[in-house]
Amino acid sequence: MEYLLTAITDAFGLILSLDPEVFTITLLSLRVAGTATVLAAVTGIPLAYLVATRDFRGKSALITVFNTLMALPTVVVGLFCYSFLSRKGPLGFLDLLFTPSGIILGDIILAFPLIVGLTIAAVNAVDPRARITAMSLGASPRLVSLTILIEARFGLMAALFNGFGRVVAEVGSAMMLGGNIRGYTRTITTAIALETSKGEFALGMALGIILLTLALMVNFTFRRLQMTSQR
Amino acid sequence: MARKPVAALLTVFSMVLTAGVPASAAAQDRLKLSSTTSTDNTGLLVYLLPKFEEQTGIRVDVIAVGTGKALKLAENGDVDVTLVHAPSSEKRFMDAGFGVNHRTIMANYFVIVGPEKDPAGVKAADSAEVAFKGIAESGSPFVSRGDNSGTHIKEQSIWKAVLGVLPTGKSWYLESGKGMGETLTIADEKMGYTLSDSGTFMKYSDKVEVKTLFVKPSELLYNPYGIMAVNPEKQPHVNYDGAMKLISFMASVEGQRMIGEFTDKFGNRLFTPLADKN
Repeated sequence: MEYLLTAITDAFGLILSLDPEVFTITLLSLRVAGTATVLAAVTGIPLAYLVATRDFRGKSALITVFNTLMALPTVVVGLFCYSFLSRKGPLGFLDLLFTPSGIILGDIILAFPLIVGLTIAAVNAVDPRARITAMSLGASPRLVSLTILIEARFGLMAALFNGFGRVVAEVGSAMMLGGNIRGYTRTITTAIALETSKGEFALGMALGIILLTLALMVNFTFRRLQMTSQR
Repeated sequence: MARKPVAALLTVFSMVLTAGVPASAAAQDRLKLSSTTSTDNTGLLVYLLPKFEEQTGIRVDVIAVGTGKALKLAENGDVDVTLVHAPSSEKRFMDAGFGVNHRTIMANYFVIVGPEKDPAGVKAADSAEVAFKGIAESGSPFVSRGDNSGTHIKEQSIWKAVLGVLPTGKSWYLESGKGMGETLTIADEKMGYTLSDSGTFMKYSDKVEVKTLFVKPSELLYNPYGIMAVNPEKQPHVNYDGAMKLISFMASVEGQRMIGEFTDKFGNRLFTPLADKN
């Protein structure tokens, strides 16, 4: 119980003193999770749009696959990517293992199905009259899809939040692909795992509080943006 | 109005993307070292490596895992050099040609830790085998690392010597599958026994209730640490030059002196240097 209090004081101490190591770790976490979310979104959202708006054989099976992949265990993704990125594996020559890019790769795989699945749901939820209206106003196909995606913006944002939340909080894949190298691939979550294994529960908890604070700030910012766009 | 949040969102993300990129990361000469949790968690590497980095300009990336995984990463060519503590596994690794230039650079010893009440009578035992036998007979919880680490390999060899088989599946035998620190915490919570390297235990002694009950340095409980380079003939891409420099540094007079001077916050010496003995 006592270390909970210590953790809270420590967390504030670390934030206020701008501890350089904590700062590096925090920035890396944000950068890795941000990059992965953006890369998963720019590929996932168009794909999801196509899947949602087109009819083809196996469509529902494909959606089921994406929904299932949302539950991918992070260590499985870590292990899978490791076997590719290891020098023993086919992509070993890229030298991505134990680098921030290696972690990003794993995170993209984790965020992608989540963003695709939630975007499909968001696009499906758009009133079908939006498409008809846009088309009857003579909009080009590109403009029609843009209209629909704009109509679905709240759902898209939810997809981005969820993708970002999943990757910023995961530890299994980041540990395997990054290696938790001090000052290079140590993220907030792998640092928490390390401090816990060292018995430094208060410091681990303090880092956890920093992670939650960041998530709160990101969510708060987006929430504000949503409110502004509703007006 | 709807486009505004999209633009803002992109701005935020692009800020995130460019933030905190370690600019020097690629330019520097880097060396990847897979090592065990005992050398990393005790703070030894954080203490030693800056000196090496200062002397050579080579930045060392430490990947701290159990001995089993550390050797596997070296075998796969995912690291350049490895520092572990399981002589039997190291020998297999060297015999298979995965490594070159093996040096034993330091040692400590294994201790048996457990609850102060000591229901298995470990304190009174005159050898590690007798102590383990006492634990098995009393049915007191024993927390095994269960992770193929150097400590786990040692513990298994003692059980085999005592019982003829591993106590796997016995209700009192718990395999944590975790690092030494977490295993000590579990032993503490379960009021059980475990085998630990002396370095990690000393470092943890103020965090757990369990005590060292058996500290009789013997051949069986001797815990040497070996460092070796990944064989560049098997893995041509490795930083062999850097690996050899690190090995030389660890075995050098200065490296050995530093290892000998390294203490925990209570002033206990955690590792004994011994390169001169090879």
